[in-house]
Amino acid sequence: MSTLMIAMTLLFSATVLGAALMAIHTKSTPIAIIAAGLVSLIASILFLILAAPDVAMTEAAIGSGLTTFLFFFVLNRVRGGEHD
Amino acid sequence: MGTLLDFIGGLLLVTGSTFLLFGGLGLVRMPDLFNRIQAGAKTTTLGTLLILLGMFFLQPQWGLKLLLIGLFILFTNPISAQVLARAAHRVGTEKCAKTTVDRLEEDLGEKS
Amino acid sequence: MVNIFIYIAAALAGVALLLALYRFIQGPSDADRVAAFDVLTIISITGIVLVAFIEDRGIYLDVALIYALLSFLGVIAVARYIERGF
Repeated sequence: MSTLMIAMTLLFSATVLGAALMAIHTKSTPIAIIAAGLVSLIASILFLILAAPDVAMTEAAIGSGLTTFLFFFVLNRVRGGEHD
Repeated sequence: MGTLLDFIGGLLLVTGSTFLLFGGLGLVRMPDLFNRIQAGAKTTTLGTLLILLGMFFLQPQWGLKLLLIGLFILFTNPISAQVLARAAHRVGTEKCAKTTVDRLEEDLGEKS
Repeated sequence: MVNIFIYIAAALAGVALLLALYRFIQGPSDADRVAAFDVLTIISITGIVLVAFIEDRGIYLDVALIYALLSFLGVIAVARYIERGF
């Protein structure tokens, strides 16, 4: 089973790397936010593989759920002021 | 007996993963946005539910948590796909050339 | 015998993850990328369940529970953002 865990770790690490590069290189702001959410989503699985379920739970709730929602809330407010 | 339950659970796991693979394939191969949302949402919902069912056959003492996860997925995944498709339709995403019927546009046209 | 099924299921889900990641990076429009993000979230729930079975610890399923609850919040937020126009 250890070989399978190593393969899964490599796959998720590659996914994190792709999402992080996407967050840096994209031109549009909402996609950068979504990609940052994806980074913390997959990072929490990596925490889980490292046998830290509490850290993974916090990362999933805060990093992926709350931060994405907060960024979009602020983005809506900022753009609403711009149009008025 | 335990071996039979393991066999059924493993078979359900592989079936669910196959549906996930079909979802990913549809996400890459489909021609426009609405087909992609359709292929992604439907197949992954069924695949994840099958995987949770297979995991219930493998580990029966996890039944309650698996049932809760399945219920949440069953509630949230179609909602998010529908909201995303409606938003994309509202801003006028272009449909592929083979699209013949668009009920939402007909409804909006009748209303206004 | 269960190990073989777990290997096959993990391989298929991994291929699905890579395909969805390809659509996430390549996708022509922003809504395509959001749809790919949705699929990636669901596939990672499968990954968590498989990790919980391999490590044989039921507490790991709580993380999947939080995923299933919170995954659609981001999609709802970005859909509301799209509705008002990019």
